[in-house]
Amino acid sequence: MFAQHFPVLPIVLPLIGAPVCMLLARSQLAWLFATLISGFSFFISIVLLLTTLDQGVLSYALGGWEPPWGIEMRVDVANALVLSVVTGLSTLVLVYAKQSIDKEIDRNQHTLFYTAHLLCLAGLSGILSTGDAFNLFVFLEISSLATYTLVSLASDRRALTAAFRYLVMGTIGATFILIGVGMMYMKTGTLNMLDLAARIAEYDSNRTLNTGLAFILIGVSIKLALFPLHMWLPPAYTHAPSAVSAFLAGTATKVAVYVMVRFIFTIYGAEYVFHEMGMDVILLVLAIVAIFNCSFVATVQSNVKTMLAYSSVAQIGYMILGISLVTSAGLMAGLLHIFNHALMKGALFMAVGAVLFRTGSADIKAYYGLGKRMPLTMAAFTIAGLSIIGVPLTAGFVSKWYLVTAALEQQHWLIAFLILTGSLLAIVYIGRVLEVAYFKEPADPTDTTIKEAPVLMLIPMWILVLANIYFGIDTSLSVSAADAASKWLFQPAADLGAVR
Amino acid sequence: MISSLPFLPPFLPLLLGSIAAIFLRGHLRSVVMLLTPVWGALQLASLEPGIYWTIEFLGYHLEPVRADKLSMMFGYLFHLAAFIAVVYALHLKDTVQHVAGLSYAASAVGAVFAGDLLTLFVFWELLALTSVFLIWARRTDRAYRSGMRYIIIKVLSGVLLLAGATIFVKQTGSARFAEIGLGHDGILNLGTWLIFLAFGIKCAFPFMHNWLTDAYPEATPTGTIFLASFTTKVAVYALARGFPGEELLVWIGVTMACFPIFYAVIENDLRRVLAYSMINQVGFMVVGVGIGTSLALNGAVAHAFNDVIFKGLLMMTMGAVLHMTGRINGSELGGLYKTMPKTTILCIVGAASISAFPLFSGFVSKSMIMSAAVAEGYDIVWLALLFAAAGVFHHAGIKIPYFAFFAHDSGIRTTEPPKNMLTAMAIAALLCIVIGTFPAQTVYALLPWEVDYQPYDVTHVLTQLQLLFFSALAFVWLNLKNLYPPELPSTNLDSDWFYRKLAPGFMVPIYYSITEAMNRLERLSKVGVRRLINSSYDNEKEQPKGYFARLWPIETMVFWVALLLAGILILYYI
Repeated sequence: MFAQHFPVLPIVLPLIGAPVCMLLARSQLAWLFATLISGFSFFISIVLLLTTLDQGVLSYALGGWEPPWGIEMRVDVANALVLSVVTGLSTLVLVYAKQSIDKEIDRNQHTLFYTAHLLCLAGLSGILSTGDAFNLFVFLEISSLATYTLVSLASDRRALTAAFRYLVMGTIGATFILIGVGMMYMKTGTLNMLDLAARIAEYDSNRTLNTGLAFILIGVSIKLALFPLHMWLPPAYTHAPSAVSAFLAGTATKVAVYVMVRFIFTIYGAEYVFHEMGMDVILLVLAIVAIFNCSFVATVQSNVKTMLAYSSVAQIGYMILGISLVTSAGLMAGLLHIFNHALMKGALFMAVGAVLFRTGSADIKAYYGLGKRMPLTMAAFTIAGLSIIGVPLTAGFVSKWYLVTAALEQQHWLIAFLILTGSLLAIVYIGRVLEVAYFKEPADPTDTTIKEAPVLMLIPMWILVLANIYFGIDTSLSVSAADAASKWLFQPAADLGAVR
Repeated sequence: MISSLPFLPPFLPLLLGSIAAIFLRGHLRSVVMLLTPVWGALQLASLEPGIYWTIEFLGYHLEPVRADKLSMMFGYLFHLAAFIAVVYALHLKDTVQHVAGLSYAASAVGAVFAGDLLTLFVFWELLALTSVFLIWARRTDRAYRSGMRYIIIKVLSGVLLLAGATIFVKQTGSARFAEIGLGHDGILNLGTWLIFLAFGIKCAFPFMHNWLTDAYPEATPTGTIFLASFTTKVAVYALARGFPGEELLVWIGVTMACFPIFYAVIENDLRRVLAYSMINQVGFMVVGVGIGTSLALNGAVAHAFNDVIFKGLLMMTMGAVLHMTGRINGSELGGLYKTMPKTTILCIVGAASISAFPLFSGFVSKSMIMSAAVAEGYDIVWLALLFAAAGVFHHAGIKIPYFAFFAHDSGIRTTEPPKNMLTAMAIAALLCIVIGTFPAQTVYALLPWEVDYQPYDVTHVLTQLQLLFFSALAFVWLNLKNLYPPELPSTNLDSDWFYRKLAPGFMVPIYYSITEAMNRLERLSKVGVRRLINSSYDNEKEQPKGYFARLWPIETMVFWVALLLAGILILYYI
């Protein structure tokens, strides 16, 4: 049966596709091939999501070696949801990239871009579906190395230093995760996540395990750009090619959030990490500071890409905030925001990339009077921006709604208030761009070279924009998946082992 | 037959009309825009009271369309207002104004038919977003900035409403928009107060009213007609639905009815005078809602109905003056009755209505509120409202027509406004008289609550006539004695008269000191924000600065990693 191999296909397809892409050597061919591969992975992810919503967990023993000795792929609702986001966004970005990278990446490096993109996709899918802690680290490294390459591909030379900073920080993060996993292995002798969960539950606060937890949490926090470990992210997203920023902003850090959820909820157990180790307060404080500090810093940026990058860090704050509420509703709001944030940030970065394509600049000065010259692009920016702010009838509203509800459910009305005032800062930074685009005259009114972006860039951008509106109105799919995922994660870790 | 058409949401005809206005041009657009309010009103007539479709959203039942007598009355009113405003704006070629005007009317209709708080919130925000374009359409720098302030305050109101609604829905478990009331316990209390404040901002409660007097006079001559008709009336509707009989509202309403009079008297821009008088009229309605008996509530909504028409009429005449002469300051106008006799007569009809002359529309609704106040034993309120009524007569009934059309001859020679403007004003004037003369057959027939009320009895008519005559006498006397110098309209001389004659002399200093305190607070917060921005943005290099905005070198990043790791490890060790 072919269908039984579905859990591993989103990893294997791009992993094999990457070298093929390299061999194809022609930009057009590589583009077509990579898009097909990514599209097929997306299709499989959707099938997986529907299957898991229906049947629960899918377990796949790699190479026929039974877990816990062999490597296990476990697809449940939580990772199938994120997996669909990642593969879906990857496909749209690849469609978009064909013209976008023309101006941002050297022509003879185009195949390299597609190769690295597929490798990154393989790594991210691997992180999501693996059930093995060490295997997770391996996939993390695959995706990270591919990401450093992607960032450095930009013809802008500043991208090199940005990529280097990213590399140093990313490697520190990965090393910390490896150290943590090593400590867990030292104490328990196993690497399978469920096995780990069952054995860790037997120890009552062991110092080695706690140190492992600290290393893992810090390592993952670097990867997901939690304030104040986020400083690698803004330059990387600013100088990377727009297609890369659009892909990474919606996926890479979000996958890291998922990793954090996995380690906390599945392996160590929420009760232990939050209540006994007091991580909820730490994460809560950092999340709120992230929301306010980074939203504020975003408001004073003159480069729109940097602004969006800081906004991403702030949005990650919302996700972590949801998780740190330590309720099923909070976790669900966090997971839902992973989904919705990919939709809005993807669309925003694509719009910025389209402007960069036409004007050659991401500076806010390039946006003067763009509302008339690139009406479709700026309309997309506006709607996605409204979604970031959290205006009703957009996806952003739904996440904020659940987040506020989750906070109120715990009588944390101060937190609810902070969430809402955080949105006011988003109004400021999005509003700045809209103001110059719609109410200022262009610097050079005679310049006729600036016109609407090419169709191939507009289509994926508008698919995301429409998705923002669709998932703002019909929330049944996103909410039920996030809800099922959070409920599933919230059962005590020991029970998960017992299921098997 | 139109009535046999399948059910449409009430706001849809107007919305479709506004969409059509984007694409159509010329006469076809005029015809379509005239027909949409008519179509909408006919559609409304076929709407049976009840709840139309429920939607499941975020786990709550939403009722986007709920029709009962209260919402029906406002629905008719808004269609009527939209029709008059469209006629008035027919000569324009400005697509932005046409589209914004109709979609603004559609949002207002949507808001009064919203059966739940979330739908209400959506239309609440749409009201703000569509109306601001009517201000920006003036296309001056002042109008742009004024519109910006307007939209910020409106969005703030929306955010408060959403926050309050979230708490309310969460605590009560139902999203339905029915009576909310104040004075609950715990977090629910906070929620209801937030909703109350959100309504209050739109309703121009004292100290939240500045957006109105700031923005309305900056809008285009035609845009102001739309603006004056919808936003505050939606807020009155929301208060009548959510907080009927809340005693606090009586006192807020009295304040609203009284304080704008001082400002209206010293104001020179005649459209701003009308904006102040609008707050004053809304004050009457808020008092009615606050008293909360069926007579008072009926009075409030009836007054809202009439106010849209007569305030619209006055705004239209001033708009016509502005349109024809390009001036609107009282000190620059005068003597226009020679060249604009029809406009003059129409303005006087509007002035008579707002001053509540018997046989004009203001009389039949204002007297309801006054009677309700007496019936419920609010004697002081009644006195204050009497004072407010005299003030209205003075500033809106006499000052507006007198300075614009009579007074000294300013030498301006112009002509009557375009035909469509005259027609719109004539329709409104006719309605003022018809409603004032035959209230039982017109506005009373639409009233949501059962009540038997007869405005034309000896006491009412006599009291009102006395009040009006003595106010007029005072004005004439002051004018003859040259105590009312029209050339110096901005000083305290006008209001001096009021607070010497009419006692609340202590009020004005209090207002001034509060205004001063508010100004100081505003200055302080501005300085604070500017300091914050200066510390994080380098204006000369045009780039951000500050610890968190500049690029950290790698060692700094690693330092933070080490710090955090050490912190957590120490925490775990303990």
